[in-house]
Amino acid sequence: MFMTGLAIRSLWNRRLAASLTVVAIGLSVALLLGVERIRTDARTGFTDTISGTDLIVGGRSGGVQLLLYSVFHIGNATNNIGWQSYQEIIRHPHVLWAVPLSLGDSHRGFRVVGTTKDFFTRYHYAQDRSIAFAEGQSFDGVFDAVLGAEVAEKLHYRLGQRIVLAHGAGDVSFIEHNNMPFTVVGVLAPTGTPVDRSVLVGLEGIEAIHVGWEGGAPMPGIEITPEFALKTDLTPKTITAFMLGLDSKVAIFRVQRDINNYAGEPLLAILPGATLQELWDLVGVAERALLAISMLVVLVGMAGMLTVLLAGLEARRREMAVLRAVGASPRQMLVLVIGEAGALTAGGMLLGVVLLYGVILAIRSYLQTHWGLHLSAGPLVSRELALLSGVFAVGLLAGLLPAWLAYHRSLADGLTVRL
Amino acid sequence: MAAIVEMRGVQFSWSYKGSDVLAIDELTVQQGERLFLKGPSGSGKSTLLNLLSGVIVPRSGSIAVLGQELSALSGARRDRFRADHVGYIFQLFNLVPYLTVIDNVLLSHRFSRRRRERVEQKGARAEAERLIGHLGLGSELAYRKATELSVGQQQRVAAARALIGSPELVIADEPTSALDADTRQAFIQLLNAECQACGSTLIFVSHDSSLEPLFDRRLSLSDINRAAAVREN
Repeated sequence: MFMTGLAIRSLWNRRLAASLTVVAIGLSVALLLGVERIRTDARTGFTDTISGTDLIVGGRSGGVQLLLYSVFHIGNATNNIGWQSYQEIIRHPHVLWAVPLSLGDSHRGFRVVGTTKDFFTRYHYAQDRSIAFAEGQSFDGVFDAVLGAEVAEKLHYRLGQRIVLAHGAGDVSFIEHNNMPFTVVGVLAPTGTPVDRSVLVGLEGIEAIHVGWEGGAPMPGIEITPEFALKTDLTPKTITAFMLGLDSKVAIFRVQRDINNYAGEPLLAILPGATLQELWDLVGVAERALLAISMLVVLVGMAGMLTVLLAGLEARRREMAVLRAVGASPRQMLVLVIGEAGALTAGGMLLGVVLLYGVILAIRSYLQTHWGLHLSAGPLVSRELALLSGVFAVGLLAGLLPAWLAYHRSLADGLTVRL
Repeated sequence: MAAIVEMRGVQFSWSYKGSDVLAIDELTVQQGERLFLKGPSGSGKSTLLNLLSGVIVPRSGSIAVLGQELSALSGARRDRFRADHVGYIFQLFNLVPYLTVIDNVLLSHRFSRRRRERVEQKGARAEAERLIGHLGLGSELAYRKATELSVGQQQRVAAARALIGSPELVIADEPTSALDADTRQAFIQLLNAECQACGSTLIFVSHDSSLEPLFDRRLSLSDINRAAAVREN
């Protein structure tokens, strides 16, 4: 198409202003697509935190709160669950498996999760991925510990390292269980979930380090040795929460209702997927605001283009008279200016996509290791393509004003430009 | 000889109620003629040229170019008609600044299939280069950018563009006013010769009566435009 070629050559003639416009649009498009991609990937990463678990059960509180402390290790449980209740509930005919979780201790800022070996096979994330060992194996003895990938990396721990657990979940703990150190027997591969930041030990280990703590604090003057602790009954009295797998999806709501109505003590069962969604909707306002802002930035880029086109129009009245003289119609003047707007926008979009992939490839390994955010470098998905078509439409729309002016001027000027 | 242009009872005003800026009872230009039209400013010159090239249409009366009544055509058809049959040279700034000399010459082709086909057998580029050469421009200029040329050279490029594809009518609007006296004469002689070679009719508008002797026929626009006479009185 000749007019488009002419538009591109006309732009090349004004390449400084044109390229600055393309850069402005390119940056805004890269920002828009980047925000969209991070948004989508963060959401996926978030909702992929736990899967394959049908119900999570804890002491009665809010569903979001239960999810936060049991899966994300944020905040604390208000009530524990008695071991007796746990035993009764897992005897429910629809229960296929159960993994208990006992929280409340920490190691140098990382939460300690007391659980059973089943955790490593039952905890799934990202639809169907299960936990893998980078080194070593599952805990076996009472004083064995398995480290999440981030714990091992940050603290430079290897297999065989002796670690001391601290009472309480804060970064700075005042009371340490230094009479009973644990030995690292396994390190997990990275998962991008809170498991990476956990120290996993057996329930008996948690029980052992609290022998003599029946009053909520160590009995003064009595030094409990590991040998002594091992001789006591290490069956836990309470746990913090537990994960349940059921024999059929249909049974989920029934079992949930039964647990919520459990007479022994007030309990709460949640569907992790639904609660994750609820939680995301809570924090989702921020990501939607971010997307809205990046859309505004695109509009600012378009305003810059409008300025360049309008400024060029006055200087080009002669050029348009020449084109009219060789037989161009006013409508072709319209096409010429729209073509320029289209070329600038398309150039900006191309640059934006190139920038997007450049930045993604540059920072994705950093984001993966330091933020646990998996950023996809895959091809543009339909939502991103829809955003791009939106940008192109807005670009053409912005070109409509100068194009309309060009049309009317070339009608009024004819072959004689009155300056 | 057939008439290339026939105007009868033409009246034109810019606004509906405004007074006429142009009123011509009769103007006929024969095929092959080279007409000098003396048009001082205010004589309705621009209006006449816009009417002849079909950019605007008269309020009343008839303008036929090549026997085609222009006001019978739609705006887009008139643009096509101009592209096919009229070559136009401006006083100044004839060239699109971001195109090369040869692309400026070939610009006429882009909008007219008819003129494109006429030079097809000779090869469009070859024909453009031939014309550029004929008009006294070295072929090394052909691929320069239009803005690198002097005003005199630019006007010759404009002439080449007006002539390529042999349009029936060439309209020149004071093409020499920016040139000095020597190049002025040479330019007109070249233009005349090329029009003759192409078989094109030339309407040359200028306020400079010293150029009159170079043309077959001379007319003063102030004489034939009744509207201008009214205003002057």
